[in-house]
Amino acid sequence: MSAELFHSVRLDPEKCVGCTTCIKHCPTEAIRVRDGRARIIEERCIDCGECIRVCPHGAKRAVSDPISIIDGFRHKVAVPAPTLVSQFDRAGVDQILSGLLKLGFDEVFEVAEAAELVTTATKALIGGGSGARDMPRPIISSACPAVVRLVRLRFPSLLRHLAPILPPMEVAARIVKQRIHAGEEGVGVFFITPCAGKVTVTRSPLGYACSALDGVIGLRDIYLPLRAAIGEEPPERLARASRLGLEWARNEGEADSLGEPNSISVDGIGNVIALLEELENGKLRDLDYVEALACPAGCLGGPLTVENPYVAKARLRKLEAEAPPSGASPRPYEPPSLQALLWTEDLRARGALALDPDSNKALKMMEEIEETIAGLPGLDCGACGSPTCRALAEDIALGKASVFDCVLRMRERLREISEELR
Amino acid sequence: MKLRFEVGGEDFSLAGKASSELKRALGQLGVEPEQVRRAAVAMYEAEINMVIHAGGGIAEAEILADRVSMVLSDSGPGIPDLELAMTEGWSTATDYYRELGFGAGMGLPNIKRNVDEMSVETSVGKGTRVSMVVRFGGPPAGGGS
Repeated sequence: MSAELFHSVRLDPEKCVGCTTCIKHCPTEAIRVRDGRARIIEERCIDCGECIRVCPHGAKRAVSDPISIIDGFRHKVAVPAPTLVSQFDRAGVDQILSGLLKLGFDEVFEVAEAAELVTTATKALIGGGSGARDMPRPIISSACPAVVRLVRLRFPSLLRHLAPILPPMEVAARIVKQRIHAGEEGVGVFFITPCAGKVTVTRSPLGYACSALDGVIGLRDIYLPLRAAIGEEPPERLARASRLGLEWARNEGEADSLGEPNSISVDGIGNVIALLEELENGKLRDLDYVEALACPAGCLGGPLTVENPYVAKARLRKLEAEAPPSGASPRPYEPPSLQALLWTEDLRARGALALDPDSNKALKMMEEIEETIAGLPGLDCGACGSPTCRALAEDIALGKASVFDCVLRMRERLREISEELR
Repeated sequence: MKLRFEVGGEDFSLAGKASSELKRALGQLGVEPEQVRRAAVAMYEAEINMVIHAGGGIAEAEILADRVSMVLSDSGPGIPDLELAMTEGWSTATDYYRELGFGAGMGLPNIKRNVDEMSVETSVGKGTRVSMVVRFGGPPAGGGS
């Protein structure tokens, strides 16, 4: 499979019963039910994980690495998403991080610590002093990979607004490999992720060529072993990240971390789409920064998390208050320059929604689609396996479905046939 | 291909539907993102204008392989001084719409900035007809804008 087409979100055909829940919830209409099973249209999937969240049969899952992946490395470093520390009741950050060490990791580097550097880089970008190109306003956060993929697919005119800054997990991995353990062999860096999108972006990065991470472990997969490993407060302080980094796990966290009043925070994929529509219509141009997160409550609501996102948010706020002040913990490395945190590749629109590369052909298909829609019931019931009547009409134009996939049209046809036979 | 939308004058929450549908259609045609954006902004502004000032009307778009023509016609009050309405920052929007964040007087000038051709026919007491064209230009230059 080519790197570009790698997706973490997959279907388990054994568990799929062919119901229409996922097709109705997919924000990019990337799923169809055909022959009684859901199928993902790879070019359209943005790995947001909505289908994982809604599938009543657990048939959608995120492919990530097993914990055993760490065994192949001499020095194993865990880089947990800041979301991790919000998932455990009555455990402080130090207890949770030392739990990771008991599971076989040799070292822990909090992504939250790297997120503080991303905050600094973003501030510089907003202020115009980052060394990056001049940015059209508002600048849209690129921390959520599902949002970056959504912009590329559905809002390509906004690509220039995306902050060209590496995501915190990537910054964390690079600090570990290139600064703390520069030149060392056998160092493995493993991200503990709250979502599928961050697995995908590690295999097919957006804005940079290659990830420094050696593996991505789903938070859900490590939860139980880690829970069992969490014990007493460790003698030495492991947590270095301040409030400014921990905040990145929740909605409004980036804006809080930036201290940027001229910003807006939006979470939940439907809300993000509505806001991007407004931006594309030329509104909200007086804002400086848009924090847009695909999951409700931000990463805390990721499809691979365990705890209720709002409970997790309350806990995180408490941990934010207890965290050391920014700059209080000595860093055992020289932090990278702001320039080193910038993207090295431009994101291009992919035109994945075009019906045909030939615009005359596409135009003809669009006319066919309008004609087909006029003959469909307009109930958007999904029983045909396409999410809406319009989507069915598009699938018919693309030669992927028939008008008799529509159960109502089929019933009419059967009635006609039985009349004829009478 | 032709698209036609009745833009209601009462329900402000539905405003923006024509531009959103137009955007989807142009995306399916494979039009360059920047041209899609320009057409969508023009349609959106014209739609909003029609809701705020004219109590709604009809929005039509004809999509060809090389351009989109948009015509928005209403039976509203008309524009008494077109030259003034084309001036940046000038507005007659009511306080209600200003509170909603509209009425900065950006409507017509903003449309003009985003389209390749624009004409406004207006008659006081009878209505207004705004015609706009966005051309898609040559083959994709790559990299959008």
